[in-house]
This record gives sequence, structure tokens and C-alpha cells, in this order.
Amino acid sequence: MAFSSFQEFIVMGGYGFFVWLAFGGTFLGLGLLVLRSVVARRHLEKACADHMRRQERLARRQKQERSR
Amino acid sequence: MWRWLHPYAKGEATYRLLGHWLPWLAISAALSLLVGIVWGLAFAPPDYQQGDSYRIIYIHVPAAIFSMGAYTGMAITALIALVWQIRTAEWAIAAIAPVGAVLTAVSLFTGAVWGKPMWGTWWEWDARLTSQLILLFLYLGVLALYYAFDDKRTGAKAAGILALVGVVNVPIIHYSVYWWNTLHQGATITKFEKPSMATSMLIPLLICLLGFALFTAAMICWRLRHEILRQELHRPWVQQELIGQEKLN
Amino acid sequence: MNNVTTWQVISTIIARDWRVAMRRRSDILNPLLFVLMVVTLFPLAVGPGPDVLGRIAAGVIWVVALLSSLLGSERLFRDDYLDGTLEQLVLLPTPLAVTALAKIIIHWLLSGLPLVILTPVCALLLKLPMDGWATLMLTLLLGTPILSALTAIGAALTVSLGRGGALLSLLLLPLFIPLIIFASAAVEGALVGAPILGQVLLLAGLMVLTLTLAPLAVAAAIRVSVN
Repeated sequence: MAFSSFQEFIVMGGYGFFVWLAFGGTFLGLGLLVLRSVVARRHLEKACADHMRRQERLARRQKQERSR
Repeated sequence: MWRWLHPYAKGEATYRLLGHWLPWLAISAALSLLVGIVWGLAFAPPDYQQGDSYRIIYIHVPAAIFSMGAYTGMAITALIALVWQIRTAEWAIAAIAPVGAVLTAVSLFTGAVWGKPMWGTWWEWDARLTSQLILLFLYLGVLALYYAFDDKRTGAKAAGILALVGVVNVPIIHYSVYWWNTLHQGATITKFEKPSMATSMLIPLLICLLGFALFTAAMICWRLRHEILRQELHRPWVQQELIGQEKLN
Repeated sequence: MNNVTTWQVISTIIARDWRVAMRRRSDILNPLLFVLMVVTLFPLAVGPGPDVLGRIAAGVIWVVALLSSLLGSERLFRDDYLDGTLEQLVLLPTPLAVTALAKIIIHWLLSGLPLVILTPVCALLLKLPMDGWATLMLTLLLGTPILSALTAIGAALTVSLGRGGALLSLLLLPLFIPLIIFASAAVEGALVGAPILGQVLLLAGLMVLTLTLAPLAVAAAIRVSVN
């Protein structure tokens, strides 16, 4: 352990602001990347459902046309 | 080897394979990042010259290394995509580029934040910083070109060509920037060239490097899976995967 | 048609594009006027003193040259793409890279060469010391073919998009960086009386390398765009 107290750990020998800014920015960047990938999956599910609904509608319409 | 590789030119097989890898990659990335960063932040001894500010190295160096590694990977993928016309490789370009761009941005940001206490300025026209900035521009160019096309297949191919053109240029840019820096002799920063690190500082750095490598790999796998789904959205297996068997019937 | 030689293809394309360009001379003149006007803006912006102007002159001229090369670049393949000529060029029996090289050459003749000829006027306006003139001209002479070649890659990649403008500059400007570094270093060296042979040879090497590899990239990009 390089620090004797939690207070010291936060202060980082006077460089606390820079160290925590750098780590915070990094996690923000990587976190956004992860978040975007999570959202992407949801978007894909929605797009897929939309696509299938459209196909179904088309198929129904075709059946109607044929029966007419 | 070709016979073994061949099924992975198809989307579904690759999707399944990546699905097997992804949890292991993600878990080991999270673990090694946690261990490496906590170790680096709290347990590694302070630097005799830079005090505690040097702890930024534990994210700065891995991000910088893998931003370049990802670009190389993207260029190799682009070559494979263009030469053998393998669609999975085309999609991989789109999967790698955003990850690489974020890593480059992270390395630039942490570099700037590290530069402020050490050099007294947020931005220095140092050779490393400059060539990293140009790398970010190259990534953004590849991404912009990919998203400019409505037809993603054409977009991926065009982005692949640009990635290859970029990779030929990377060494030229790199050396020209170094040379420019020494020529203009503004403020050559030699703080990086300190004596080799003590083992107690090096071990957490190596763990962080491993963590970033695994994180990069996991993100690429994850995004490639999504890319495969997006491109094959009309195929039954994708619909099964996304909506689920029970809802289909 | 089976026994056309590489040279015939190159000279035919150059002659044809030259004729097309001569019918619309404003397309050639506008980038040059742009260069002159931007060069005029600099003394107005940073002050007309020769100490400031002379120091930044070479860099300004080079930056303006890069920007002006982007101005006309969309036109490089656009018209051929729209009227179907590009597809015919793809179908030629000679390698597509040869066609690409011809396109690069004609683009240089129409945009790079006039720029080199215009340089003395710009250097005069920006009060570049006489020692730098020859080197500036030489770097532009060696550098503008590189500009044309790289521009051709970007133009071929974005030709099917229809709205390439800003995207094209985004793709190309990072690739121009080594060029501007070597060129401005050479002129700066000439101004202080340092040997410039190294930089000039590097530029020449870059030119040869670019002119060798760029046609291949342009050909691949055209194939992707034309489908």
C-alpha cells in the first residue's frame, strides 16, 4: 500500500485532480463504448421485429390478393 | 487450415464462435483491469520524480499501444477483406474502427491530463502527441467513410481501402512528425525516456496492458457480433437469435 | 481494339480529359483564384510586416495549395461516373491502374502545374525572401503530383456518394501531413542557408512511392464505387 490513509489516496500527493480526471475520462470513454454496444443490441431487436412484422403484413396481403 | 477456416466466412458460424469467446474475454478483461488499476493506483510506489501523477501511465500507455494495435489489426482485416472478399472481414473493419478511435481518444485525453502537471501545458506539439492526433483523424476518416454509404457492403470495402492507404502512410507520418519535431526544436520532451521502470511499478502496468488487450478483444468480438446480426437481419437464424424461438411460433 | 498499348490508353485519356476541361475553363481557374484570394487574406489578417509574412509565407502557400487541391477534387471522377464513362473505363482490357495513373496525370496537369506557375506571384505577395523561391517551387513541383495522386484515391472512394465535399477533406488532409512537413522544412532550410538536399530527396522519394502505389488504390476504389 503506497498510501497510509484514504484521504491521502484521494489527494494523490497533490496530483489528485489530474489522476482522477484521467481515470474518470478513460472510464467515461470506455463506458460509453460499452453502453453503445448494449443499446445497439436493443436497436437490432427492434429492427428485426419491425422487419418481421413487415414481412408478415406483406405475406397477408399477398394471400388476400390471391384469394380474391 | 483453409478447410478449418472456411465455415467462419459465413456469418452464423462466426457469430456462434464469438459468442463462445465473448464471456471469457469480458470476464478476464474486467478482472485484469480491476486488479491492474487498483494495484497501480493504490499499491504501486510513487515515482521519485513525478510523484503520484505517474499513475496515469497505467491507462495512458495501454490505450496508446492498443490504439495502434487496433489500427494494424483493422488494416490486416481490410487486406483479407479485399483480397479474399470475405464478408466477415469486411464487417470486422466496422467493428474495430470505433474501438480503436475511442482508445486513441483516451490516450490523447490522458496524455493531455498528464502533460498539464508534468510539462505545465495541456497540449504540447510533441511528436508522440501529434502522431497520435493524426491517428485519431485516420480513424475518424475510416468511420466517416463507412457511415457515409447507405450500402454497408460498399462502405466497408471503401473504408477498408482507406485503412490500407492509411497504414502505408502511418510510418511515413510517424517519422515525418518525429523529424519535424526535432527540426523545429520547440520543446523536446525527454521525460518519457527515464530509466527503466522498477519491477513494483512494471507488474501492474503489465496487468493493465493485458486488461486493455482483453477489453479491446472483447469489444471487437461484441461489436462484430452485432455487425453480423445487422447485416444478416433478414435471415431466419438472426430472427431466431434476436426475437427468440418461442415468440416466432 | 485488342492491341491497344498502355501508352495509347494513357495518352487517349489525357487528350480526352484535356479537351473536356478546356471547354469548362472556369473549373481550372476557380481554384487558382481561390489561392490568390486566400493569400491576399493573410497580410490583412496578420499584418503586412515582412518579418511576420516572410516567416509564414512558405507554410501559408503550402496550406493553401492543399486546400485548393481539395476544391476541384470532387470533379476528378464525378462527371465520368454520372455519364457512365467510368464503367467503360473499368471494362478496358488494360489494367485499371493504368487508367487511374492517366487520371492522376491529367489532374496534375490541370490543377498542380498551374499552381506551381502561380507560386511566384504568391511568394511575391507574401514577401517570401528570394532565397526560398527556388526551393518553394521545387517542393511544389515534387509535391503537387503527390497531392493529385492522394486526391484521386479520395475522389474514387467517394465518387458514388454524391455528397463527398467535407468527407473528402476529412479523409485526405491527414494523409497530406508528411508532405507539408517535408516541404516547409525544405523551404525553411533554404531560408537559413541550411542544406536542403535531404528534404528534397525525401519528397522525390515520396512522389515516386505515391505514384507507384496510388494507382492501385485508385483502381480498387473505382471497382468498389462502380460495382
